[in-house]
Amino acid sequence: MAPDSWYVGLSAVLFSIGVVGVIVRRDPLVIFMSIELMLNAANLAFVAFGHRLGSADGQAIVFFVMAVAAAEVAVGLAIIVAIFRLRRRLSVDDLSTMRG
Amino acid sequence: MGVVAFVVIAGIAVGSALGLVAKRNPIHAALFLVVNLGAVAVLYLTLGAQFLAVAQVAVYAGAIMVLFLFAIFVLIPGKEETGPDPRRSYRIVALPVGAALLALLAAVVVVGTRGAGSPAPAPDGVESIARLLFTDYLFPFEVTSVLLLAAMVGVMLLARRREG
Repeated sequence: MAPDSWYVGLSAVLFSIGVVGVIVRRDPLVIFMSIELMLNAANLAFVAFGHRLGSADGQAIVFFVMAVAAAEVAVGLAIIVAIFRLRRRLSVDDLSTMRG
Repeated sequence: MGVVAFVVIAGIAVGSALGLVAKRNPIHAALFLVVNLGAVAVLYLTLGAQFLAVAQVAVYAGAIMVLFLFAIFVLIPGKEETGPDPRRSYRIVALPVGAALLALLAAVVVVGTRGAGSPAPAPDGVESIARLLFTDYLFPFEVTSVLLLAAMVGVMLLARRREG
């Protein structure tokens, strides 16, 4: 059995890769996938902490994160489709209408 | 044995995450994300979270990835990442920022887990999370259903085709 700290370390690696993906990519769909990667890394840390403490609370929180992530993906993809209908282009660099 | 399994699965997870970020084609990125989610589901199993492993495969690798693939089919993206990059100076910063964040998180993990005692006995799989969800977390559990309903209605409003 690998120590729980390894799981938390792996979660840190996955989270950092997700952050780099959000900064590097121009396609909003792939940026969205990178956000899912970061959520997933946080979930892994929650489960590892719960395992370490011998409590199922971490798992319960991950359950709620999954539900919120499902809602977030549905709404986010609908927004992306709506933007694509208006603009016919899908690069985040063009979406500066709301810049203050 | 457990350590070897962890190293192999962690390697798959990190490799697929790197593939997600590096590949141009969004469909490849989506499939890499499926591999990553599957690897993390196996890690949940090794941590004794059987319910979450199954939920991960069903909700993330199943439902959410199907949504992503549908969006890719509808939008047919892929041209965004070609051509000159107007924000190149910002994107060059990404790798140092990611490396700095990773160093910070690694330092926190190393410092935080130093001198930790022996782990507490693990909770017994599905039963403990079921008991928690229907006692301590009953109210958030019910609110989750309202959230999903609101998201469903909102998505229908957003994705509706406007008349005229």
